[in-house]
Amino acid sequence: MNLRLVRGRTADVLFYAGIAAVVALLLKEALTNPGHWSLFFQLAVDGVTLGSVYALIAIGYSMVYGILKLLNFAHGDVYMVGAFIGYGILTLFGGAANWTIPVWLLVALMFGASMLGSGFLGVVIERFAYRPLRDAPRLAPLISALGVSFFLQNSALLLLGAQFRAYPFGLIGQGGVSIRTVFISATRIFVIAGAVVLMIVLTVFVRRSRLGKAMRATSYDREAAMMMGIDADRVIASTFFIGSALAGAAGVMFGLVFTEIFHFMGFTAGLKGFTAAVVGGIGSIPGAMLGGLLIGLGEAYATGYVSSTYQDLIVFSILIFVILVRPSGLLGTAAVQKV
Amino acid sequence: MSLLRLAGVNTYYGEIHILQNLTLDVGEGELVSLLGGNASGKSTTLKTILGLVRPRTGAVEFAGEDVTQRATSYRIARGIAIVPENRRLFAPMTVLENLEMGAYLNRDGKGRKEDFERVYTLFPFLHERRHQLAGTLSGGEQQMVAMGRALMSHPKLLLMDEPSMGLAPILVERSFEIIQQVHQAGVAMLVVEQNANMALSIADRGYVLATGRLVLEGPAKQLLEDEGLRKAYLGR
Ligand SMILES: Nc1ncnc2c1ncn2[C@@H]1O[C@H](COP(=O)(O)OP(=O)(O)OP(=O)(O)O)[C@@H](O)[C@H]1O
Ligand SMILES: [Mg+2]
Repeated sequence: MNLRLVRGRTADVLFYAGIAAVVALLLKEALTNPGHWSLFFQLAVDGVTLGSVYALIAIGYSMVYGILKLLNFAHGDVYMVGAFIGYGILTLFGGAANWTIPVWLLVALMFGASMLGSGFLGVVIERFAYRPLRDAPRLAPLISALGVSFFLQNSALLLLGAQFRAYPFGLIGQGGVSIRTVFISATRIFVIAGAVVLMIVLTVFVRRSRLGKAMRATSYDREAAMMMGIDADRVIASTFFIGSALAGAAGVMFGLVFTEIFHFMGFTAGLKGFTAAVVGGIGSIPGAMLGGLLIGLGEAYATGYVSSTYQDLIVFSILIFVILVRPSGLLGTAAVQKV
Repeated sequence: MSLLRLAGVNTYYGEIHILQNLTLDVGEGELVSLLGGNASGKSTTLKTILGLVRPRTGAVEFAGEDVTQRATSYRIARGIAIVPENRRLFAPMTVLENLEMGAYLNRDGKGRKEDFERVYTLFPFLHERRHQLAGTLSGGEQQMVAMGRALMSHPKLLLMDEPSMGLAPILVERSFEIIQQVHQAGVAMLVVEQNANMALSIADRGYVLATGRLVLEGPAKQLLEDEGLRKAYLGR
C-alpha cells in the first residue's frame, strides 16, 4: 500500500496522540461515571470476551489474506454456520432446555462438530469459489466472495427461517467468579480461556509444525514454496480449514455468551473481524489477536460509556484512524516490495 | 541414458510463444550450462522442467519417466532441486527453517540429520547463523542458504538459475568452486548463466538460447572457442 494521506513524523505523532487521547478519555469516564472502577473493569471483561470472538474470526481473515491476498468476505458467514452447527448438536441431544448427555460432552460435541463442519465448508468454498479464479484479476475472487456470502446467508434463511434461535443461558454453569464488585460468569471464563488455548495451539502449530512452516513459506512466496516440493493447493486448503474452524469455534462461543443467533449474524461479525485484522496488520496472526482484543474493548467501552447506538461508529473510527496513521496495521510489517 | 530430456518443447505464456521446439538433455552426473541473453527463455526452461509452467507440446522426461503431466512436487520427489533466480529465500524465516523447506518432501525425516550435517560441512557458516532470519543475510550469504536449501533433498539433478548474479567477483569464484564440488559428488547440474566464460569453463557441455530457440550446442571446450557464441548474444 503506497497510498498514505499522513506520512512519517506526522503519522507517528498522530498515532501516539490518538492512543493518549483514548487512554485519557477512558480514565475520565472511569473516574466520573457512577460505579467508577467497577464499571470500568466490568466493561473490560465484556470487551475481552467480545475481543476473543473477534480475534478468532480475524485470524481466519488474516491467514487467508496472507496466503492468497484475498479478502474472504464469506468468512463471517462461515462463523454464522458454525454457530448453527453448534445449535444443531444442541437440538440433536434434547434441545436448549433439557439436554440428555453430560454438559461437558455436549459442549465438546458442539465445538467439535462446529469446527469440523466450518473447516470443511471453508475448504469447499476455496475449492469451488476461489481456486478457479486464482489467476484471474484481483476483483474476480472478491466478487465471488461476496456471492458466497449472499449464498450462505440466504441458504440459512431458507433452511432455518429468519427468527432468532437461542442457545441456553448459562449452559456452562450459572455461577462465576466475583472479584470485589466485578462479576465474571463461568461462560465468559470458559470462552476467554478457550480462545486463548486455541490461539496458543495455532501459534505453536504455525511456528513449529511441518505444515505450519509450509504455510508461512507459501504465504511469503508461493512459487518458491512450490520449488521446494510444497503442494501449494494443499497448503491453501489447509489454511482455509484452520481459519474456518476457528471461525466456527467463535460462532459457538458467541452463542454460549450472547445466546441469540440468526442467519445475518455473520455480516456484522465478519466486518468486525475484518476490522480487527486490518487494525492488527492483515496477514499477521498476532496482529489479528491484538486487533480483535482492541475492537472488542473499543466496542464494550463505547457501549458502556457512550451508547450502544454509537458502538459501530466508534469501532469503525478506530479502523479509519489506524489506516490513516499506520496503514500496515499495528503489528503488520510494511509491505516489502518483492523484486 | 540421459537423466533429463526435453523433447520438442513449446512453452507459452498466454499467447506468447516463449520456448520454441526446444530439445536438450542432461546425462547422469553431467554438468551442462545453459547460456543466453536477457529474456531468451532460460528461466522459462527451468520452470518447464519443474512443471511450474506446462509446455503446450513436447515432453519432459526425468530418470526414464515421462513427467510432462506430473505436478511439481512429484518431479521434486523424483530428485530435482533448484537454486532459483534471485535465490527466492523465505526472508521472514530462519536459515534453519529455510533448509527444512528444502527437505520438505522428506516426510519421515529419515536421514535428515545426515542431510543437515552434509550441508553444514559444505557451508559451516549456515550452522553458525542457523537462527538468523534469512532476509537479514548479505547477498553472498543468501546464495549459500539457497544452495544449502537445494542440497537438503540430495537431488540427482540440480538446476541453478544465474548463481553468479549480484555477487562480487570473489564470491562468484567461490560459488563456482562449490558448484564443481557438488558436481564431483555425483550430482548432475544444469547451470543457467549469462557469464558464459565462467560457466563453460567448468561445464561438460553447453547450450545457447536466443529468443527461445537453441542456436548453439556442444562440448564446453568447443563452445568456448566458438566465434558464433559472441554473435549469439549480440545478434539476439
Ligand atoms: N509469468 C510470465 N508471464 C508472461 N511472460 C513471461 C512470464 N515469465 C517470463 N515471461 C517472458 O518470457 C520471456 C523469457 O523469460 P525468461 O525469464 O525465461 O528469460 P531469461 O532468459 O531467464 O532472462 P533473464 O536472463 O533476464 O533472467 C521474456 O520475454 C519474459 O518477459
Ligand atoms: Mg531468468
